[in-house]
Amino acid sequence: MSKPSKDQMLYMYRKMLEIRQFEEAAGTLYQSGQLPGFLHLYIGEEATAVGVCAHLQDDDYITSTHRGHGHLIAKGGKRDRMMAELFARTTGYCKGKGGSMHIADKETGILGANGVVGAGIPLAAGAGLSAKLRGTQQVAVSFFGDGATNQGVFHETLNLAAVWELPVIFVCENNRFGMGTPQREHQRVEDIAAVRAPAYDMPGITVDGNDVLKVYAAVDEAVTRAREGGGPTLLNCDTYRFRGHHIGDPGTSYRDREEVQEQERQRDPIRRLAAVLIEEEGMTQDELSALETELANELEAALEFAKSSPEPLPEDALNDLYAGSIQP
Amino acid sequence: MKTITYRDALKEALVEEMERDDAVFLMGEDIAEYGGAYKVTDGLFQEFGKDRIRNTPISEAAIIGTALGAAVTGMRPVAELMYIDFTAVGMDQIVNQVAKIRYMVGGQLDVPLVIRTQGGAGRSSAAQHAQSLEAWFVHIPGLLVVMPSTPYDAKGLLKTAIRDDNPIMFIEHKLLYTEEGEIPDEEYTIPLGVADVKREGEDITILATSRMVLNALIAADTLAAEGISAEVIDPRTLMPLDKDSILDSVKKTNRLLIAHEAVGRAGFGAEIAALVVREAFDYLDAPIERVAAAPVPVPFAPVMENFVIPNADQIADAARKLVRYEI
Repeated sequence: MSKPSKDQMLYMYRKMLEIRQFEEAAGTLYQSGQLPGFLHLYIGEEATAVGVCAHLQDDDYITSTHRGHGHLIAKGGKRDRMMAELFARTTGYCKGKGGSMHIADKETGILGANGVVGAGIPLAAGAGLSAKLRGTQQVAVSFFGDGATNQGVFHETLNLAAVWELPVIFVCENNRFGMGTPQREHQRVEDIAAVRAPAYDMPGITVDGNDVLKVYAAVDEAVTRAREGGGPTLLNCDTYRFRGHHIGDPGTSYRDREEVQEQERQRDPIRRLAAVLIEEEGMTQDELSALETELANELEAALEFAKSSPEPLPEDALNDLYAGSIQP
Repeated sequence: MKTITYRDALKEALVEEMERDDAVFLMGEDIAEYGGAYKVTDGLFQEFGKDRIRNTPISEAAIIGTALGAAVTGMRPVAELMYIDFTAVGMDQIVNQVAKIRYMVGGQLDVPLVIRTQGGAGRSSAAQHAQSLEAWFVHIPGLLVVMPSTPYDAKGLLKTAIRDDNPIMFIEHKLLYTEEGEIPDEEYTIPLGVADVKREGEDITILATSRMVLNALIAADTLAAEGISAEVIDPRTLMPLDKDSILDSVKKTNRLLIAHEAVGRAGFGAEIAALVVREAFDYLDAPIERVAAAPVPVPFAPVMENFVIPNADQIADAARKLVRYEI
């Protein structure tokens, strides 16, 4: 089991904070009516995205979900351009055409968040196939939730990726709810990796998805296997959604408030890593607080960038659909 | 020139494009040793190997989604869906992913993906193996739709489709695979969005797609013997659509009959009729008529199937009525 260096731990701490701050700011902006559309927050699940993406290079690929901001930041997405997209500005990653659920960045291998549950899974397999056919060492990671493991395309793609031995890591973020339906009500299976991975004859690993060091260690093995031609892995990260399904869902009609509070107290991935950095790596609370302030200032600048960016023209809606000269 | 079947014309296009560009590969159900359900890819795996001629599980959504993932990361896949009826199984991937990804991400990703499939009735394949569903895909912004009716068009358009950076539904017809036609010995391509006048005429325009082009040409022969000169125009690509050629033809003949094998209701013919009414209303000397399949699933019994699917006699009858129409 690989243990990251102190620098790597600090990098992951930084990324988790970047995500937490981004999500908290987005939530506040949304509630005050400044952002259009839907908003699904990743708060509480940061360790999964960060522990996985810490192993990826810029030219590796990910596919994401409707709850995608964490994956994007972890993979190298810039908070200013993401925030600009949430504000529907021309400087956003999608020039205002996609919004929160469709952010992509070709330069960092982000093939897109996705508005349809499970739909990004085969895209990652295709990126893995592409890498294999081109003879590169690239890998592809697909993030999805426990709810997506009931979609047909999850099963179709795991089967196909296993048959073709594709360099793909399937990362299930089991946050225990498919929207508002608890896992025990939407599937008989509890440990998704233990049951679903053998069904497709691929390795399956279940880890505490709120412990970034455990996620990091598990992914190390899976990424190495994929790069060496050993085929796909199903990783099941046991995590928890601290907020509701989206802003507007208080997240209390289908679970107890006490359960949420207990999870926040015991399993906050950022506080857990802070404790390790202080107790085992000799860092001080002041140093961590300084980092937090630095990142908060950076986010403030990102917000300023987004708010001061131009809005698209109405007729920009007619651009970007087709390559070449074909008109809508 | 040489004579070739529609099936072999398609195969030639695949071979030439795979030889030309290493990024081109094929994936689909039983396309390798089996050679494809209609044998278009027969023998290709021996030439190109199973890395580039990939048998897939029977998983239409995964086929399309995986092809899309490969397309946006540097490859140029040609994914085969055995029957157009089965596109319904993979429809989220086609409609919500393939068609929209480029737009949703602000134009960052090109999608050089061809989805080859085939439709059409005439072999008693019944309701789940004989539909004509092209209008579904024309309706979705982001997809291009190609429907060749001859070996010449099949080869030239498939080569163009593979080189294009947009997702393309390439819809063949199961009764056309054995049809023969002439193609040049040398390489050629056909641009998207250019209609072809298959027969020139003066009295009426018959716009037909896919196998109905053949029936329209038979009808035009019959009509010619009666002194009626019918022009037969095949748009070849439904999106992009060569509106100018269609309008020019109608402005010349002043009458329009549309023939397609899909059911008429909300079919592609309705779109053509709306176009012509808007852009050439003053030129029309008769109402626009459509000949299309009856609005029922395709039945099994040959006698019922023949009743439901339009034939050359029906096209000729409809044309006669329009030519004799008096305002």
